[in-house]
Amino acid sequence: MAALVAVAARGCGGLWRRARQRGAGQSGPGPGPFPRGQRGVACNARGGAVPAGKSGLAPWVPVVGLEIHAQISSNSKLFSGSQVQFAAPPNSLVSFFDASLPGTLPVLNRRCVEAAVMTGLALNCSINKKSLFDRKHYFYADLPAGYQITQQRVPIAVNGSLSYSLCIDSKMSQMVTKTVRIKQIQLEQDSGKSLHDDTRSQTLVDLNRAGVGLMEVVMEPDMCCGEEAAAAVRELQLILQTLGSSQAVMAEGQLRVDANVSVHHPGEPYGVRTEVKNINSIRFLAKAIDYEIQRQIEELENGGTILNETRAFDSKLGCTVPMRDKEGKQDYRFMPEPNLPPLILYDAKSLPANMNHQQVINIDWIHERLPDLPSVKRKKLVEQYGILPEHSFTLLNEEGLAEFFESVVKQTQMKPKKVIGWILKDLLSYLKQHSLTVKESPVSSFVLADLLNLLEKKEISSTAAKQVLAELWKGEGKTPLEIVKEQKLELLQDQKELEQICQAVIDGHKNEVMAIKAGNPKVLNKLIGLVQKKTQGRSNPVLVKQLLEKKLSG
Amino acid sequence: MLRASLRQVSAALKEGRVAPTELCQRCLALIKSTKFLNAYITVAEETAMKQAEESEERYKRGQPLGILDGIPIAVKDNFNTVGIETTCASNMLKGYISPYNATVVQKLLDQGAVLLGKTNLDEFAMGSGSTDGVFGPVRNPWSYSKQYKEKSGPKSHPEDEESNWVITGGSSGGSAAAVAAFTCFAALGSDTGGSTRNPAAHCGVVGLKPTYGLISRHGLIPLVNSMDVPGILTRCVDDAAVLLGSLAGHDPKDSTTIQDDFMPFELLNLADVSKLSIGIPKEYHAPGLSSEILALWSKAADLFKNAGAKVVEVSLPHTPYSIVCYHVLCTAEVASNMARFDGLEYGHRSDMKDSTESLYAATRREGFNDVVRGRILSGNYFLLKQNYEKYFVKAQKVRRLIANDFVKVFRSGVDILLTPTTLRDAAPYTEFIQEDNRTRSAQDDILTQAANMAGLPAISVPTALSERGLPVGLQFIGRSFQEKQLLTVAKWFEKQVQFPLIQLEEVKRHDSDVFQHQKSASFS
Repeated sequence: MAALVAVAARGCGGLWRRARQRGAGQSGPGPGPFPRGQRGVACNARGGAVPAGKSGLAPWVPVVGLEIHAQISSNSKLFSGSQVQFAAPPNSLVSFFDASLPGTLPVLNRRCVEAAVMTGLALNCSINKKSLFDRKHYFYADLPAGYQITQQRVPIAVNGSLSYSLCIDSKMSQMVTKTVRIKQIQLEQDSGKSLHDDTRSQTLVDLNRAGVGLMEVVMEPDMCCGEEAAAAVRELQLILQTLGSSQAVMAEGQLRVDANVSVHHPGEPYGVRTEVKNINSIRFLAKAIDYEIQRQIEELENGGTILNETRAFDSKLGCTVPMRDKEGKQDYRFMPEPNLPPLILYDAKSLPANMNHQQVINIDWIHERLPDLPSVKRKKLVEQYGILPEHSFTLLNEEGLAEFFESVVKQTQMKPKKVIGWILKDLLSYLKQHSLTVKESPVSSFVLADLLNLLEKKEISSTAAKQVLAELWKGEGKTPLEIVKEQKLELLQDQKELEQICQAVIDGHKNEVMAIKAGNPKVLNKLIGLVQKKTQGRSNPVLVKQLLEKKLSG
Repeated sequence: MLRASLRQVSAALKEGRVAPTELCQRCLALIKSTKFLNAYITVAEETAMKQAEESEERYKRGQPLGILDGIPIAVKDNFNTVGIETTCASNMLKGYISPYNATVVQKLLDQGAVLLGKTNLDEFAMGSGSTDGVFGPVRNPWSYSKQYKEKSGPKSHPEDEESNWVITGGSSGGSAAAVAAFTCFAALGSDTGGSTRNPAAHCGVVGLKPTYGLISRHGLIPLVNSMDVPGILTRCVDDAAVLLGSLAGHDPKDSTTIQDDFMPFELLNLADVSKLSIGIPKEYHAPGLSSEILALWSKAADLFKNAGAKVVEVSLPHTPYSIVCYHVLCTAEVASNMARFDGLEYGHRSDMKDSTESLYAATRREGFNDVVRGRILSGNYFLLKQNYEKYFVKAQKVRRLIANDFVKVFRSGVDILLTPTTLRDAAPYTEFIQEDNRTRSAQDDILTQAANMAGLPAISVPTALSERGLPVGLQFIGRSFQEKQLLTVAKWFEKQVQFPLIQLEEVKRHDSDVFQHQKSASFS
């Protein structure tokens, strides 16, 4: 993923127009041969460059809502003592309850409730002091009980909001902040996994995931394009990771996003929506939504209708396709879960004095202990270090990067504004190139600070500093100073020697000197560069410039 | 010896008058010779003897585990037991062996009880006769008693006896018959709408349905989770208190159990009932109540009145709606609970393999009987989105009203309610099966299931023999978690009525050294 939220940045003004005429012969549902880069098309639409479709109707307003399942990070499952672990051998983490053996009963995992409360508070929700569990029925091989325990009627948290920012120009320097309302957060069980073996026409079921705790975060349809959705999900992901309530790694299925997409004309009621599933990265989320918006617009403009259906995103083809519906329209026959009493939470006011603390959950207690959320951390970084807001985003987007930056700042005299350049341009790009995490960096914050201090004390030039850093990446355990000494990278302290070198360069480049004297000062840079080259980067460019100017004006 | 109460035989074990293995053997022998009752689905002869031997070792060392050590007991076949099949009398679970013990079973074993076997029931406990399981109907031991044979007229042909036998009631009929025929000293049943109290009344034993949440349901294969409770069937009220004390209390595996510890109690002999207020709910004078039982009921009320208790007529106005409300809630939960039986993880699996859906359909068609399938269908109907408000939500509201009826009556100062347990004495099997299961359940649960709706403790106490020589029980309903008061009153009543002992040929043969025949006087 690009450094900033979800790639090519662009604010959607909320209105889209049909971007591309479909061939006359093409109509009806199904994935059309859609060119890549439909996002680009959408961008044009925003600019109004593409006229409204042949029908000449008003532009389209896309509406996007999200349903996000975040797997709760906990040692054991939501209602059983089985361990939670990714990629364990099939069916090795299955309790009697998970396999729905007759007579087994659910026992609510306190940790999962706390994770949901934390998440609810971080998303500005009201936490329901009393919430209820329900059964949602459907037959499927990886749902052993024939129902999922969820919170349909009264979820644990409601009425929240999530603010997220996105860039509205391609240079990623202009950001806007938007807010999406959170309808609710509900606790529910994950299902198992079905593995279909088509050649032998059999289905294998792995119940390791069955019963793992999920938080379903339902967002109101306040978004209007893939970028917004992607930015919102990225922010949610960061919040969950900051809280530790979910690891939220999409590739491991800890964060699953379904998008509800519809389009309508301004002033008209919302259109029929489709649900897009099977999206396993934030980049694909943006792609899938934008594709779906475009598809719906085309469909409607060609006189077609949108079916209320579930579609899967095919990441290889970059399009959405209708999913084979399991059993037609489902009636989930919701019913209260009779084996779980209402989930009662307390706050400081309602906490009964004689209650065992092990048995109760105090919302206020959790609230007081919430860590700084990403938005607060970013604000603090900007205020404290004077860095640009977009830099604060980049710092938080990589796990541990902000801490690395702060640690370097603490250990050097260099101004934070200068340090950030080394962090983002040098450290981060090196890590990206080598697919390393911040933790895995061969250069520690201490060593980098050491190096920057040499630079700050003018003992080496910045060119030399880069050379030293290149050496440091090798991770051979040498200190920056050792490398400087070995490679003789110290700045030339001998002024006479430097003056001689400058003179030699002037003497050898008559044409350039003429040009400078004729009033083209830019050529001076070339001479400075040549001096640097001769000194192998060991000269102070400021000093070189002074010396050259003095000699040329003389 | 076999006719002794649990407390008596426990004392005998302690004093060494009988050894656990001998007791176990005698019970097993009696189970064999009363096999025609069909009370047991599985007899766990080997493990029972092993448990008895272990118990004997403990007694020899002088370290018995308590009052239950060495006591032969039986458990309804809808409680999970390690190593012994748990079938729910259904094709769906034939051959199913659970990897874990129900909490109540584990508690009994931990206290040294000897588990003789698993008792018969209606399939998945859906019924009121113990006639609708795949292993056939349970026969009421009283069908073969001297008392019934004498009253039901001279028998010219043995075929008459074959057609004259009466049902046990249900669905815990196997457990009730097992206790009534002296094959065990106590048995576990389950009670969702009366399934423990109804067969207890028909078989002349004590049937206790504790307060919802007092005893763990973990490991009880559910019928209706919000109403199920493990039931206790014993020969006398004191024994029921012993079992209750050994089973009650919080279970971390069942979130609906009470948080507090339960203090086991011993029942006092109530000398004075003058401070008691007994309520007679007029709505329990239900259509179909036999005049005989009505007469016994008022006689019982008089008994309390004459002893100085306050006896008042009370009203539980929503009682008439109870049975239809129960029908909706019960079938809805049944539809949900039965969804897990799809043939994938355990239980019966059909050979039909065209698709997952057809596998499900065939498995469930082959595995469940008509009664279970019928309840699943109606339950799913009530839970459909378009019906949910109209049926399920409405039924829940009515349930609340029914529960409130009890709250109001108890708040008015009434301590205990006295009602009949059944409308009449046990019906002959041939007569009983004339009606379908649904109609029968609706009739038979009518006096018992309101206590389940309200979660209240209730006990059926054998009271007298009917004109046909069959047992009749009366029911006491108490306040939530006030089992001690309920059982104390029940014990007083039990002592007054002196219910007669069943006279069975088979038992006489197996139990020569009879305990002193205390119970000879008759109430009626």
